[in-house]
Amino acid sequence: MSDELLMRVEGLARLYGDTLAVDNVSFALSKGQILGFLGPNGAGKSTTLRLLAGVLAPDVGRVVVMTSDLLDQPILAKRAIGYLPEQPPLYRELTVDEQLLYSARLHGLNRAASRVALARVKERCGLTEVGKRLTGNLSKGYRQRVGIAQAILHDPPIILLDEPTVGLDPIQLRDVRALIRELGQSHGIILSTHLLAEVQAMCSHVQIMRAGRLVYTGALADLEERQQSKSLRVGLNTPPPLSALADLPEVERVEELGAGRFRLFYRSDDAFHNALVERSVRENWGLWELTPERDSLERVFVELILGTELVQ
Amino acid sequence: MIFLIASRELRRLWLSPVAWTLLAVAQGLCAWLFLLLINDFRILQGRLVGLENTPGVTDLVAAPLFRIAVWCFLVLTPLLTMNLISEERRNRTLDLLLSAPVSVMAIVLGKYLGLLIFLLGATALVALMPLTLLAGTPLDVGKLLAGWLGLALLVGAFASAGLYMSTLTTQPMVAAIATLGLLLFLCVVDLRTMGGETAGSLLGYLSLLGHHDALLRGLFNSADVAYYLLFSVTFLGLAIRRLDDERLGH
Repeated sequence: MSDELLMRVEGLARLYGDTLAVDNVSFALSKGQILGFLGPNGAGKSTTLRLLAGVLAPDVGRVVVMTSDLLDQPILAKRAIGYLPEQPPLYRELTVDEQLLYSARLHGLNRAASRVALARVKERCGLTEVGKRLTGNLSKGYRQRVGIAQAILHDPPIILLDEPTVGLDPIQLRDVRALIRELGQSHGIILSTHLLAEVQAMCSHVQIMRAGRLVYTGALADLEERQQSKSLRVGLNTPPPLSALADLPEVERVEELGAGRFRLFYRSDDAFHNALVERSVRENWGLWELTPERDSLERVFVELILGTELVQ
Repeated sequence: MIFLIASRELRRLWLSPVAWTLLAVAQGLCAWLFLLLINDFRILQGRLVGLENTPGVTDLVAAPLFRIAVWCFLVLTPLLTMNLISEERRNRTLDLLLSAPVSVMAIVLGKYLGLLIFLLGATALVALMPLTLLAGTPLDVGKLLAGWLGLALLVGAFASAGLYMSTLTTQPMVAAIATLGLLLFLCVVDLRTMGGETAGSLLGYLSLLGHHDALLRGLFNSADVAYYLLFSVTFLGLAIRRLDDERLGH
């Protein structure tokens, strides 16, 4: 496993004035992982990514990229990193092709290799149509895609993406998510977002940040396991008494939402779904809505972020 | 990498209407003054005939032209340097350079070199004006070259100071005004002492223009050349230091 380790971060900390923007962050990134940095705005996600990209230097701690230290051998280490900042760094007066070629050359590709890389990433990021357009005239979604193309041009093993899906329309969102998942198979990717849905859609691992600290690190599947129960919203025309619903197998708790709607918390799918539908037909409850609620993970997330405050 | 960044910078200037406008203004002003100087010379010429050791056309036309060109560039250079770093910072494109496998030194030197090539081209255009007189009269080409070298060195010094100022702020205008202030100060710092016994003092040495005068008279003094080179290297060093410090958060 150790040969697949791409990045090791040890006790990273960075002060902004008097505030500790990043506080003792440690983790490791391996090939094939898509690591989602999740946290509310201002939690230190962008600062952490800037530290990892070498744009900022940490006050304490170190970042080891493959075998080279980011502070001691920045040139060597940075070659292995592709970075998309919060705002894609594009020169307004350049065309998409010129921008990408310049970026490729900056990352050490020669003229011929740059041309090849340009054709490859344009295809991958859906930019073949806009090669001759000025980046300053592109819509936000396209600028974002040029930014992503820029980050993967030199085919770095590590890709850092700061909020990569901001400003994309639903179709672009789907394409970019697919692209990131595909890249994740052969690279190590770290992306930041404040939306849990993004992490669920793309990531294999998740790290939750709050006020500069990592409050949770682990595989996404583990986080899903932490959720206590799942929930389902049902709408019934002639609802039975609450106790009848609570008697269904696997049901933990029932909430009445009014207008014939109920929220049912249950432990496992199998017996429960069948029983609910069968009973509603047999006893003529008039089932007209059945919506699985995916917000239980959201609740775990919110608890992790607010948890300590609630306790205090 | 330095050359890559330099050519990028040069291309940015090439595509920028600001650079072309500044070039046109500098060229227009110098051309008008050149005409006036030629006219003056035509009037003076008759009276100079027969006198011994008279100043020639190079002294009466080229040297004053270069002297005026210095002031033109003094005002125009800050307007070109102001964008070097601060605009990249404002547009967040600096992150591209800082996250690329390129040293801060290469970034600063590349930007400086790109601008310097542009400015050298501009000074060469000014130097071409007196050179056209070769068609009608013999010129002291050595003196002309020394004058041009002086102008080029001065402009290089202006550019390095402007580059440093540009690393200090996100607002290009602030960088431009600060650069202009610094350069003006260094040009007039020895104004009161000029010609006095303190002319050789520290203030006189600090003055940006004092070292140019000797070159205009055709005196190639390595101390003067070294002064300009040291000036430029100092400010480039400060700019590198400043960008490094920013990364480290000091």
